[in-house]
Amino acid sequence: MNWLLQPLQYDFIVRALLAAVIVGVVCSVLGVYIVLRGMAFLGDAMSHTILPGVVAAYFLGWPLAVGALVMGVLTALGIGLLTRRTALKEDTAIGVIFAGFFALGVAMLSAGASTIDLAHFLFGNLLGVSSGDLWLTAGLGGLVLATIFLFYKEFLVLSFDPLLAATLRLPTTFLHYLLLLLIAVTIVVALQVVGVSLMLAILVTPAATASFVTHRLPTMMAVAALIGVVSGVAGVYAGYYLDIASGPAVVLAATAIFLVVLGLTAVRRRLPGRATGAPS
Amino acid sequence: MTPDHGIPHEPGAPTLEAHDVWAAYSDGLASDGPRHALEGVSFRVERGERVAVVGPNGAGKSTLFRLIAGTLRPDRGRLEVFGQGPAGHICIAYVPQRTQVDWRFPVTVEDVVMMGRVGQIGLLRRPGRGDWAATRAALARVGAAALAHKQIGALSGGQQQRVFLARALAQEAELVLLDEPLNGLDAPSQEAILALLDDLRRDDVTVLLATHDLDLAAERFDRIMLLNRRIVAFGPPAAVLHPDSLLRAYGAIRN
Repeated sequence: MNWLLQPLQYDFIVRALLAAVIVGVVCSVLGVYIVLRGMAFLGDAMSHTILPGVVAAYFLGWPLAVGALVMGVLTALGIGLLTRRTALKEDTAIGVIFAGFFALGVAMLSAGASTIDLAHFLFGNLLGVSSGDLWLTAGLGGLVLATIFLFYKEFLVLSFDPLLAATLRLPTTFLHYLLLLLIAVTIVVALQVVGVSLMLAILVTPAATASFVTHRLPTMMAVAALIGVVSGVAGVYAGYYLDIASGPAVVLAATAIFLVVLGLTAVRRRLPGRATGAPS
Repeated sequence: MTPDHGIPHEPGAPTLEAHDVWAAYSDGLASDGPRHALEGVSFRVERGERVAVVGPNGAGKSTLFRLIAGTLRPDRGRLEVFGQGPAGHICIAYVPQRTQVDWRFPVTVEDVVMMGRVGQIGLLRRPGRGDWAATRAALARVGAAALAHKQIGALSGGQQQRVFLARALAQEAELVLLDEPLNGLDAPSQEAILALLDDLRRDDVTVLLATHDLDLAAERFDRIMLLNRRIVAFGPPAAVLHPDSLLRAYGAIRN
């Protein structure tokens, strides 16, 4: 067991583990909605469009999360407006805004004599998590989880049957933008762990894995969260012992779990008498 | 009616009344075809009536249902449910076509029926004992109590339709709109759905059902609305299923 405890003597490893656990839970639970609603491309776009906000916040000396949130909201509103007011399909609208904002961010970054490391932004900087970062991660992550819990049945109806949500007179536009806002906040929470380029993996992979093993939404969220936590912890240890970057290690762990569960599910389907078998 | 049941019903008002309703296609396109899905539609449906809405594809059946459900607004004209605009009511249930439902979604039969209660439960609140009782009663009434914990994708087509009907019952719907619920069902399953709709008459629930099946509409419904962007005919089956009106409904599209 010594190999498990030995890294814990370093405070930065402990902070990295805590951050990975929180992010694992928050991303995986929200990721369930992203998977069920087919919003993966939007999630990918949003994790990139926050770049100009982060860079601007850095130059102005503001918390990076503020800049990211502003851009997250602008992205959500921009895509919503383009989809509603023009004949563009949603993925086209997302593509236009995705590319435009990301280019703006890279341009800003290259123009300023910056000490922000682009690699940290792209792939995360899990071992550089400060205790201030950790508090922010915990606070925002808690907010996301609380909102998902409070609006559980509304998000469920909206995701499963938007027309039912409308005939029950639920505030569908509000709920839609609330969900987009939650995605933006979650991306901010996860930014330091995996960075923008791998963000989509921790939003989508644990939820996709969970969808193989359960047919109930609460169970799917719990299983996804567990996979998120295990991947996060495994990633930090793998980073420590194998000397690889922690962010990619987290994503590789999640992908490995995905492949194992996929394989087990396929084997199970072939077992006689269990053709439709999936626990509830 | 308690405040939890949406806006109050006007006493003596018909269940459904449309006056010169015009509506564009909901996607706003169809540049080479007709610009309006519905053109000057007027009709009245009384409480507890069972109406079959029949017409070719593109006749505006789905548009009409969305207008009645209050999820689409007419461009012109007036449409009222129990004397008010439909958008405030939560007593209108829309049973979608089976092809519009994501059957892989991780919900059980019971979860789906409970969704009908979400309007009554209210924002930020959890289902109470009464909501669970209503859910169980609705499932029992459609004969699906034993399916409560099944994932919805594991059901047969007929069972899927009955579960969505149970959801309308849990919603305490007084006006139920069914969008081609009998498509792709075998005869016994169709009969089971129709028997349940017969049973709804007990509670004065009004039913509008879109279908392509003229014979079935004639056999089992009080009135038939023959729709082809305009109302071609609306009345008892014997009066509506006249060669002239059928030609006007279906002939216009074929040319």
